[in-house]
Amino acid sequence: MSTFKPVLTEHIHQKDCHTLSFYKSIGGYTALDNVLKMNPADVIQEVKDSNLRGRGGAGFPAGVKWGFIPKDINKPKYLINNADESEPGTFKDRLLMNKAPHQMLEGMIIAAYAIGCQKSFIYIRGEFYKEFKMLEMALAEAYDGNILGQNIFGSDYNLDVVIHRGAGAYICGEETGLIESLEGKRGWPRIKPPFPAIEGYLQSPTIVNNVETLSCIPHIITRGASWFKSIGPEKGPGPRLFCISGRVNNPGVFEEAMGVSLKDLIFDRAGGIPDGKKLKAVFPGGSSSAILTAEEALDVNMDFDELVEKKTMLGSAGVIVMDETVDMVQACLNIARFYAHESCGQCTPCREGTAWLVKMLTRLVNGGGTPKDIDMIFEITDNIGGLIDFSKGSFGKTICPFGEAVAWPVRSFVEKFKDEFLAYLPQEKVVA
Amino acid sequence: MSSNGSSKEKFTFENTEKVKTILSQYPDKKSATLPLLHLAQSENLYISGAVINTVADLVDCQPAVVMDCVSFYTMLYTKPQGRHIIQVCQTLSCSLNGADALVDHVTDKYGIKPGETTEDGRFTLMKVECLGSCGTAPVVQINKEYHEGLSQNLIDELLETHQ
Repeated sequence: MSTFKPVLTEHIHQKDCHTLSFYKSIGGYTALDNVLKMNPADVIQEVKDSNLRGRGGAGFPAGVKWGFIPKDINKPKYLINNADESEPGTFKDRLLMNKAPHQMLEGMIIAAYAIGCQKSFIYIRGEFYKEFKMLEMALAEAYDGNILGQNIFGSDYNLDVVIHRGAGAYICGEETGLIESLEGKRGWPRIKPPFPAIEGYLQSPTIVNNVETLSCIPHIITRGASWFKSIGPEKGPGPRLFCISGRVNNPGVFEEAMGVSLKDLIFDRAGGIPDGKKLKAVFPGGSSSAILTAEEALDVNMDFDELVEKKTMLGSAGVIVMDETVDMVQACLNIARFYAHESCGQCTPCREGTAWLVKMLTRLVNGGGTPKDIDMIFEITDNIGGLIDFSKGSFGKTICPFGEAVAWPVRSFVEKFKDEFLAYLPQEKVVA
Repeated sequence: MSSNGSSKEKFTFENTEKVKTILSQYPDKKSATLPLLHLAQSENLYISGAVINTVADLVDCQPAVVMDCVSFYTMLYTKPQGRHIIQVCQTLSCSLNGADALVDHVTDKYGIKPGETTEDGRFTLMKVECLGSCGTAPVVQINKEYHEGLSQNLIDELLETHQ
């Protein structure tokens, strides 16, 4: 058992932990106070040195992203806090917004200062109404306390934060889809490059960071990059909120050091599987990650690189546990249906392919499958998400990574549990 | 009233102060589209053609552009809904923890399938994708509020409080 002590969720069980007065009582906003006396370039360097990687799903180094903002450009710069948490199996940002909104806000203000931004947005998914009200309250407290607005803490730095509610679209969690949505349009992802850091919101340099990523920032400033880097694997370190759901006794959000074993998460933190049933398969990083079989899951650490070696990903750290009672064909159909519903419709392979997958899987479940269907599923997933060859880093038949996000998990179900798919075929067809 | 935005009919916001605040918050008017639509829906209960015309005027674009946006988002309704909207999450973690049975239960009890509204206009039932509350599955959103870890008994009690 590790000696890890929670960082982001240390105080979430305490009374009034969401309030400004509580946050200040535990040293909140001292990091910001210090930052406002620092050179922004030094703030970016500190975050770079910490090796903090994005907690939303892609795992891109946050400090490196900030560093892409052009220095000498006569345009406003924007910071957008991505609170559009929608990846199936993921429910950590919601916890942070409810219990530690000021920790997140302090991270935002520090990030905004570092990139030279004076207007920042929180894009929160529309369904999170309670969290929206919580953030409104936190913002009001911050404006009252000279933490937002003009001359923050007596410095010459000004920042306004606006909360912007989404309206029900998974794709708006993708950063360019989010930016389009913020601009009052459909959340259709943009072709990159240009990346948002060069041309984002209203064609201005824009940084999009996840709630949890930003919540790490005050701690990096206060305790230093080397402290952060000492937690877990050096290339992808830090505390991490793991969400565990599905067939477990004690589902929830568990903060652990990056690199914790998946076995410990499932069998220790989440209390194992109900009714003494056996583990069957696991999504390690939200429904967009390829599933692991029980055997693979019991032998893996929750580290960016190690999961890539296992041909899946840490993603949003949303762990969905499936036990022996779960019908893998039905589970695969459930996930395929999610992606078919959420496909934004912009790219043909994704729009059509996700619908075909649902049709084929539905037909299979209803007893109308044919032996060709298995190969056809592989062909469709390859057409949506490219051939999965991690060594070549092959991506890209669609504008955004949604294509891979449906192709990888669906393909992994069929590859790893092919017998269950074959068992759904009508018997005479199997013999033929 | 059709919702294609072709009518010249206009919608009058009750909360005109809020409209002003929303418009002042963005460096570009068009970014105010979603917040204005949210506000309009909270006042009018759905996005009518009149709402679309008015929002288009406020953000300075064609009604068709606003309609294009509206049609993309599941939370914006172009038709009147029941007084209470029951949204059952059907994605994997909820499905593994009894969400499908919850939907069937509501269907049996109130005679509405997903997408339908009771004749008295009390409930609209919807199946929705991941609500981001997988650790307390199954989750049902009724109007703006989340209700977590529901059983058939609990949802019965809950729906009784929504008349």
